[in-house]
Amino acid sequence: MAKDLAKALADLKEDEALAIVREKLNAGADPIGILNDAGRGMETVGARFSKSEYFIPDLVYSGEILKQINELVKPKLAKGGAVKTGGKVIIGTVAGDIHDIGKDIVVFMLDVSGFEVFDLGVDVPIQKFVDKIKETGSTVVGLSGFLTLAYDAMKQTVEAIQKAGLRDKTRIMIGGGQITDDIVKYTGADAYGKDAVAGVTLARKWLSAK
Amino acid sequence: MEKKWEEMTADEKRNDLIGKWLSPPGVKYASPDAEKEYKARVQRILDAINLKKPDRVPVFPMMGFFPAYYAGFTPRDVMYDYDKLMSSHVKYVLDFQPDAHGSVTISPPGKSFDILDYKLYAWPGHGVAPEYSYQCIEGEYMKADEYDALTDDPTYFFLTTFLPRTMAALDAFKMISPLTSMTEMYGGFTGAALVPYGLPPVQAALKALMDAGTEAFKWIQTVGAYGGAMAVAGFPGFFGGGTKAPFDTIGDTLRGTRGIITDMYRQPAKLIRAMEQITPIMVKMGVANARQNGCPVVFIPLHKGADGFMSEEQFKKFYWPTLKDLITGLIAEGCIPFPWAEGGYNTRLKLIKDVPKGKVIWGFDTTDMAKAKEILGDVACIGGNMSIATLSVGTVQNVKDSVKKLIADAGKGGGYIMMSGAVIENVPPANVKAMIDATKEYGVYK
Repeated sequence: MAKDLAKALADLKEDEALAIVREKLNAGADPIGILNDAGRGMETVGARFSKSEYFIPDLVYSGEILKQINELVKPKLAKGGAVKTGGKVIIGTVAGDIHDIGKDIVVFMLDVSGFEVFDLGVDVPIQKFVDKIKETGSTVVGLSGFLTLAYDAMKQTVEAIQKAGLRDKTRIMIGGGQITDDIVKYTGADAYGKDAVAGVTLARKWLSAK
Repeated sequence: MEKKWEEMTADEKRNDLIGKWLSPPGVKYASPDAEKEYKARVQRILDAINLKKPDRVPVFPMMGFFPAYYAGFTPRDVMYDYDKLMSSHVKYVLDFQPDAHGSVTISPPGKSFDILDYKLYAWPGHGVAPEYSYQCIEGEYMKADEYDALTDDPTYFFLTTFLPRTMAALDAFKMISPLTSMTEMYGGFTGAALVPYGLPPVQAALKALMDAGTEAFKWIQTVGAYGGAMAVAGFPGFFGGGTKAPFDTIGDTLRGTRGIITDMYRQPAKLIRAMEQITPIMVKMGVANARQNGCPVVFIPLHKGADGFMSEEQFKKFYWPTLKDLITGLIAEGCIPFPWAEGGYNTRLKLIKDVPKGKVIWGFDTTDMAKAKEILGDVACIGGNMSIATLSVGTVQNVKDSVKKLIADAGKGGGYIMMSGAVIENVPPANVKAMIDATKEYGVYK
């Protein structure tokens, strides 16, 4: 049996991936090493998604497998777990909109890409974004919205960040089904990501340019 | 004498429905002009569907709660006050003069859902602010191991599992016996099957259902007159009925996005079997409404098959086969299926061309319309793509420019209906007006 966890995960072989993890844990393998392998597998998933070899079902399913791997590994893990080195990102679905599927996929991709993600949930009051920026010192914010009502909520959120004097050091990305360049301009955001990988690319660009 | 519906061929059924759409029985027009305009509007749409050149491009902006906002109401107001719902939609149509109106039923009776303690949606004043539209709350209302239950007896599954989970007031329906037990008088047949209806919680649930129905009846008594009133004034309705693609039926509100995606990997055969099982039910839903409303167009909003949502291979395996069966089934019943592809469908165009000529309207949200026209133009009427972003935040000039470009890209030679890319909510009225007026100005065929 192949022992390559990264490959099994990247190829979405659920049973095989979980069997490898169990086998490794039983043999006393380092749990951090297992998580690193899984991380490499997820990198491949992300790369395949960028190349349009994988689509949303593949991404979501890889997440389901990863979740189970994490659950198997967690009891063996010393406190703290893996260190997030990619930087901090705040994300949430803006006020009035309760959709979370798209946001959750972005959160998941940011998380497996090594970012420390502060997920504020859905229907997030404007002030909560401002408070979270102050609290965490995060310089990247993602605003999600599925409905057209999100246009104004995004605009108001960007304005509130501006009013709080935080706009200059904060980069803001928006995303959702009805987002275009015109909406970026309208809301005063910096950019939009057309999918989760584009969101990760933006975050990476902004946080490494600091 | 008139033939029975069951004895008619598909073409006869289609002609029957089209005849009722063109000349709705019992309508007394406000004036000879209203009658002339009514018929001209339907004919314009029919010409586009039949891939003929109409006098000009028909325009049908798809409305969400725009009429409410325009009349100074919130979505909450019109969901709870049916006179306001009715008056706002009438005002919109008379003020803007589109070629067709949608349905007032886009705004359901709020109080019915209060009574049922509905869990599937949040709605204005009940989970979302009064000034916003209702929104679906995704969940696994059907569990991964319940495919057999759904497939064996969809109605019993809905009655005893799906409804109790999505309508808390109907929780006791879990206790109801299969209705198919009631085949004999004695023993374990009907006598025993009646017992659950004597239990207080079941009776309370039945009472709640009746109360919700009373409210829905009040709603329809007011808004049911809308279609007739608009016909009298010269404006046809666009929708005969609605239904859903089997993949979306299961993926949207039964299993949820995450649920159906995991099923695609873990139990693809069960998923496919369930979709096949519910396809005839989805056909019947559309046909019943179309016949009742005397209009052949059946709306099918498409959600989870868009570009990026699944690979072409997954689309071919999971999404298209039962959607195609649904389309074919509706056509066989004389209907004009109107699949509405939300998101982009650029990678699907060649596949979805596989429908009979002049029988379908393919509606698009963000799909490249020049490409859609090039690929589908000789087989199906196309519609849509007026950007909801432009309508929301653009200027009147931006809207006019978009209309002009759309007509140039997609309107050539007929076979195109101007529609918004997504439902119109709280957008500047001047932009809606510009969309309609510019189509009338630039859309004339010589």
